[in-house]
Amino acid sequence: MTLSGWSRWALRGFMGLGLVFIYVPLMLVLVNSFNGDRTFGWPPHDFTTRWWSAAWNNSGARDALLTSVKAGLGATAIALVLGTMVSFAVQRFKFFGRDTLSLLIILPIALPGIVTGIALDSAWRSVVEPLGIGKGLFSVIVGHATFCVVIVYNNVLARLRRTGTNLEDASADLGASPGQTFRYVTFPLIRSALLAGGLLAFALSFDEIIVTTFTAGPGITTLPIWIFNNLFRPNQAPVVNVVAAILIVLSVIPVWFAQRLAGPEAGASRT
Amino acid sequence: MSASAEGPGRRAGSFLHRHPRLRLAGLLSAPVLWLGVAYLGALAVLLISAFWSVNSFTGQLTKVFTVQNFRTLLTEEVYRNVTLRSLGVAAAVTVICAVLAVPMAFFMAKVAAPRYRRWLVIAILTPLWASYLVKAYAWRVLLANGGPVDWLLGGPGRGPGYGLFAVVLVLSYLWLPYMILPIYAGLERLPDSMLEASADLGARAGRTFRTIVLPILVPSIFAGSIFTFSLSLGDYITVQIVGGKSQLIGNLVYANIGAANNLPFAAALATVPVVIMVIYLVAVRRSGALEEL
Repeated sequence: MTLSGWSRWALRGFMGLGLVFIYVPLMLVLVNSFNGDRTFGWPPHDFTTRWWSAAWNNSGARDALLTSVKAGLGATAIALVLGTMVSFAVQRFKFFGRDTLSLLIILPIALPGIVTGIALDSAWRSVVEPLGIGKGLFSVIVGHATFCVVIVYNNVLARLRRTGTNLEDASADLGASPGQTFRYVTFPLIRSALLAGGLLAFALSFDEIIVTTFTAGPGITTLPIWIFNNLFRPNQAPVVNVVAAILIVLSVIPVWFAQRLAGPEAGASRT
Repeated sequence: MSASAEGPGRRAGSFLHRHPRLRLAGLLSAPVLWLGVAYLGALAVLLISAFWSVNSFTGQLTKVFTVQNFRTLLTEEVYRNVTLRSLGVAAAVTVICAVLAVPMAFFMAKVAAPRYRRWLVIAILTPLWASYLVKAYAWRVLLANGGPVDWLLGGPGRGPGYGLFAVVLVLSYLWLPYMILPIYAGLERLPDSMLEASADLGARAGRTFRTIVLPILVPSIFAGSIFTFSLSLGDYITVQIVGGKSQLIGNLVYANIGAANNLPFAAALATVPVVIMVIYLVAVRRSGALEEL
């Protein structure tokens, strides 16, 4: 389709406006983290770095960050194991109920978070708690892992589809044991897919708030929960804003990572 | 091969190698226990509990079958209004995202120079990694009374402020990349030569758009709409942050679990978005959208 010069410029202008729409709110958070006014009067009159040091010394935010990292690492580890197992089963075997299984894995992120949240909460209270394991960090990890499995599964499945089994067959023909084949052939083939999937799973867990609300035990505060709890307290606003600014700056890291790993498609499957 | 390589681990490995069904069982055991038994079981219990009730005097669950929750849901006007409002918000967000995403994705896939395309995709992807809560918070600051939007429009109270409009705006902002990416992927697969052939055969831009671009766009838009629609339908956090006093289904579910302590009714309410989503998926499937995900 040959577009006239005018419509090309119109599209370019629209793209520019779209990017402005996407980035202006994020930039505003960054600017406001230096805004001297406690209530973010706009436009800012003076700039200060004291909110940054206040945030640094805020033990609540630091503890929440630590909890989030622990929950994210735990959920990612479980998701890596389960997701890899399912993707091998689905890709390398034919069995009854295979299509149902691939649908089942998507369910935790296809359903609204609140549904998954309540379901896990009431199941935990009626089945696990009588066994003496109350809700705590562990239940958060379980909840997050449930919807992180699909991320790892998607990444590893795509990789297995592309690589096929020729190299593994060759390795077995040359006398390697199944363990050796896995260690020297299969694992290196799927390593970058595991990294990409693990990164996405961690990011998803790190950002999750709804399932966390329902699965966290008393005293367990992840960073999103901390932000949400402090969002409506006016005197905490500057510190919340600095934490938000830090999260925006940090979000560049996984993008950079994903670019190096797998090209621009890497982040596309995030939900 | 020396005999020392024949450890017990190796024997177990080759035993598994000769018995693929055992290997399959091993691979499936933990995931199926987790997702098939624990998670599905939890969902099933939730669904069943929608037919239970709560003793209003003691606050204890009464595990006796009743359809009272669903009767309340269908007959009381509040719930009908909230359901319709949630549907309206989800539909509005989907339409706004599609209207914004189509020209942007078209520019990215067909107009921008190939070397810039990769950077444009990164520019759209990066905000997806920024926290959901941070983005909603950013809009809370933007739309605050006397905040930047008010300032831009001429003074405190001149902007839209918090409310249903803000909810639609912020949800559109949050889910826009989920709409752009599938449309971009669809358009990228459309070879430029087809567009040129169409022009060579005498079609004007409008005709080419209708007969060649649109058939590609429709399934991609539906694929994106699955995200925008379902994510908007279940949301209650954004509503709390910028919605002022407005409520969607998610808020009612949340209120019934927390303050009202009525799990059965919350479960009945939660089936509403699930049923709507299933209907939506079945309707959208005909366009081939599920293959575009």
